[in-house]
Amino acid sequence: MAKRPAGSWAAALRTPVGGFSAALLVLVIALAVLGPILWHDRAFSFDLDALGEGPSARHWAGTDELGRDIFYRVLVATRLSVVLALLATLLGVVSGLVLGTLPSVLPRPVGRLVTAAVNVAVAFPSLLLVLFFSVIFGVGTQGAVLAVGLAVAPSFARLAQTMAASIAGRDFVAAARVCGVGRIRLLLRHILPNIGEPLVVNATIAAGSALLSFSGLSFLGIGVQAPDYDWGRLLNDGLNGIYVNPAAALAPGLAVVLAGLAFNLTGEAVAGVVGVRTRATHPAAAPAPVARAAAAEDHDDAVLVVDNLQVAFPGRGGWTVPVRGVSFTVRPGEAIGVVGESGSGKSLTGLAVSRLIEAPGVVTADRLEFAGKSLLGTPERELRGLLGTSLAMVFQDPMTSFNPTRRIGRQLAEVSEQHQGLSRSKALARAVDRLRAVRIPAARRRARQYPHEFSGGMRQRAMIGMGLMGDPRLIIADEPTTALDVTVQRQLLRLLARTRAERDTAIVLISHDIAVVSQTCERILVMYAGRIVEDLPSAGPAATPQHPYTRALLATTLDLGTDREAPLPVIPGRPPEPDRLPAGCAFAERCPSATERCRTEEPVLAQVAPAHRVACWHPDDVPLPGPAGAIVTAGGAE
Amino acid sequence: MTGATALAGLRPGPWLTFGIRRLARFAVSLWVLVTVAFLMIQLIPGDPVRAALGLTAPAELVQAQRAALGLDHPIWQQYLDYLGGLLHGDFGTSMLTGLPVSDVLGDRLPATLLLALPAYLVVIAVAIPLGLLFAVLTRGGRRRHTELTFTSTTILLAAIPEFLVAVALVAFFSVQLGWFPVAGRDGVGSLLLPVAALALGPASVLSRIVRVETLSVLGNDFVRTARAKRLPARLVYLRHALPNALTATLTLGGLLLSGMLAGTVLVENVFAWPGLGATIARSILQKDYPMVQGIVLVYGIGVLLMNLVVDVLLAVLDPRSTIRES
Repeated sequence: MAKRPAGSWAAALRTPVGGFSAALLVLVIALAVLGPILWHDRAFSFDLDALGEGPSARHWAGTDELGRDIFYRVLVATRLSVVLALLATLLGVVSGLVLGTLPSVLPRPVGRLVTAAVNVAVAFPSLLLVLFFSVIFGVGTQGAVLAVGLAVAPSFARLAQTMAASIAGRDFVAAARVCGVGRIRLLLRHILPNIGEPLVVNATIAAGSALLSFSGLSFLGIGVQAPDYDWGRLLNDGLNGIYVNPAAALAPGLAVVLAGLAFNLTGEAVAGVVGVRTRATHPAAAPAPVARAAAAEDHDDAVLVVDNLQVAFPGRGGWTVPVRGVSFTVRPGEAIGVVGESGSGKSLTGLAVSRLIEAPGVVTADRLEFAGKSLLGTPERELRGLLGTSLAMVFQDPMTSFNPTRRIGRQLAEVSEQHQGLSRSKALARAVDRLRAVRIPAARRRARQYPHEFSGGMRQRAMIGMGLMGDPRLIIADEPTTALDVTVQRQLLRLLARTRAERDTAIVLISHDIAVVSQTCERILVMYAGRIVEDLPSAGPAATPQHPYTRALLATTLDLGTDREAPLPVIPGRPPEPDRLPAGCAFAERCPSATERCRTEEPVLAQVAPAHRVACWHPDDVPLPGPAGAIVTAGGAE
Repeated sequence: MTGATALAGLRPGPWLTFGIRRLARFAVSLWVLVTVAFLMIQLIPGDPVRAALGLTAPAELVQAQRAALGLDHPIWQQYLDYLGGLLHGDFGTSMLTGLPVSDVLGDRLPATLLLALPAYLVVIAVAIPLGLLFAVLTRGGRRRHTELTFTSTTILLAAIPEFLVAVALVAFFSVQLGWFPVAGRDGVGSLLLPVAALALGPASVLSRIVRVETLSVLGNDFVRTARAKRLPARLVYLRHALPNALTATLTLGGLLLSGMLAGTVLVENVFAWPGLGATIARSILQKDYPMVQGIVLVYGIGVLLMNLVVDVLLAVLDPRSTIRES
């Protein structure tokens, strides 16, 4: 993005709004320059045959009581209206700049007084300030320019203050200060040039507002006085005869609105150009299907069956598919870990399974069933009760996952009010009971508190408690411990394990940390680039990871026995972007044992041992060296 | 803040501190306002009495008027007299009519409130549901055309100053259709156009703010939590998104609402509405300075009260703000 003023102004012109408003602005300025030259005579000639008449072919907007043509008077008035607005803006910007930058030059107490005065002034609507100043400066054109200008000043002072403060904190100003550059020189040479562009943009917008204020003032009779006339004055005259000729009031009004818009929109267009939205693309109606992975194992009593799950989002040049054919089954009371780097699709899998992907995202699957009910195609209304009580979610960031404006107890209670038909008080009592169940001390009092009064660990417990308001058969926990410190993390994992043991609740634990997962779960799904690349038990004879990615992940885990002299192990390279996947195995780029086949043909998940599936052309079944032979010991579990 | 103090201060504590602090700030602002209103007359170049009475007025009359206004006293004496008078409800005397300014204020203020209060209600009752509705309709980049229509319409409406809206409404509904009186205060019918003129622009701006703030709230994690609880969409939006969107809206919209107070000045002049706005314009033209001073003070107090109400509402809506203050 071009940072030079010229760059952003040019870019602004290319947007539809920017182009339109700039054209309007050019027209207004052209009228201001040419209007009085071209039509001065017409605006002043008295048509004695048409005194105070309505619109006609001769006089498009009618005439005033002296028979002067209103249309031409409006055109001619452009110059005075625009010039006065610009003068007032100039005055406002200059005095605002002085007021805003003075505090950085003046002795501290005086500077603070100026800042305080500016802060008081900006709290008042500008029209009140205009009226206040016009009392002091008196009725008439000159007084009105001073009044409108000074009313603009406080907001510019505030703007200059905030911008100067942010610039003054930057390195180059600090460097200049260290070099002994004086305060005033610092201001003129280093600070002002850097706030120039936003000032110009805001001045353009302010010119629009000044134009409106000015016409308001003239309309009240306080601004421009006859025989001079600007749009506000014409409006004032026109309103008196509105029964005879409404056009006499509407024409100058329209001129004010158009000219105001021209300034305003041009400024806004330039201001908005940095954050301008890229044009929406229209991808195909549905994402193309991807290669079919092995079908999920069938279990009659399964809590969750996921078969060939895909999640797609419309992207710039078509569909991006961050989850590509994921299949797994969760049985009652089972704890499954889903592991992968960020961007592997593990969180999206969790959201898709719980029906929380919103349009424009698209979820498809051959089968997606929770507690025997299909989650695809069944209307939300039918599933609400089941999912609300039987499927619990625990999200990553406990600081942001609770509504800051509602008490914790009420946030828990609404689950039971909604799905179990409990009364307000009964639901609250249950919420207190659940908070107690997740070991929150003084649960009754805590339930009346707001989220910000809870610590992070407590909030995450409360989140689990919220899941326990119903009778969950499955808890999906997405990085539940990532934001917490290690001690709290352990407590929380124990809480999940206890819940599971007591209620036979299945758990899907999503994490980037294979050590955390192996402590809690008996089965681990390793995800890479939107696919499951390995599905293995965390203990027992089949617990030796065979996929090179899983083995690399394990090699990067640290424990107290890690050799501190050796460099930290890392997996070289980065996972591919979901919209730029290679033809073959997505891991081939980073894989030490990759061959030509890996780069052309994508491996599918295949059984290598009982309860062990791997998607790799070259699985490695040699046990890992040292004590890290099986996953269960990798994280130094209890 | 430690857990213990948060617990100890749970009941009236934070609210009391918040109330005292906020009222103290109000008192200081009020004092600044009164001082500025007093200084206004002192700042007028030349002799305000001479300016008001005209060049031809006899010197004795000017002298008498100066004495009546206390302008022959030293400035600190005048200031103390002014403050003392205000404490007793004495806003001075009109230089033109000789009536106490407080009588005129008491006479005109109700008419202005009769316009301003319904206009506030209309703005809030229109902008919040409208902004919320369009936020929900256009969330996540849905219905781009609806969004474009909404945004451009509200920008356009917001760009028209209220007195021009008023003129357009009069031209169409009163002159063309004859449905409403052109001007004056005469029953409920005469209220409709001025209130509409006052409310249209601010309602457009506020509904845009509500929409943008709601959209940003909808992206928050706690909205996902609410959806994960399988609450009906109505509750997710009204109970979880809206209160959070309103706190941000109020912060941005506070100035907008006090700006409406200034809007009444122009709208009253369009409709010849017998309120403070029509009076201040005339008083400025006639150089009736004590009158202007009194009205400026009333408008200023109105703005301060408005800011106070906004801050209290913010404190009620957002439990974090009260704690943060103390």
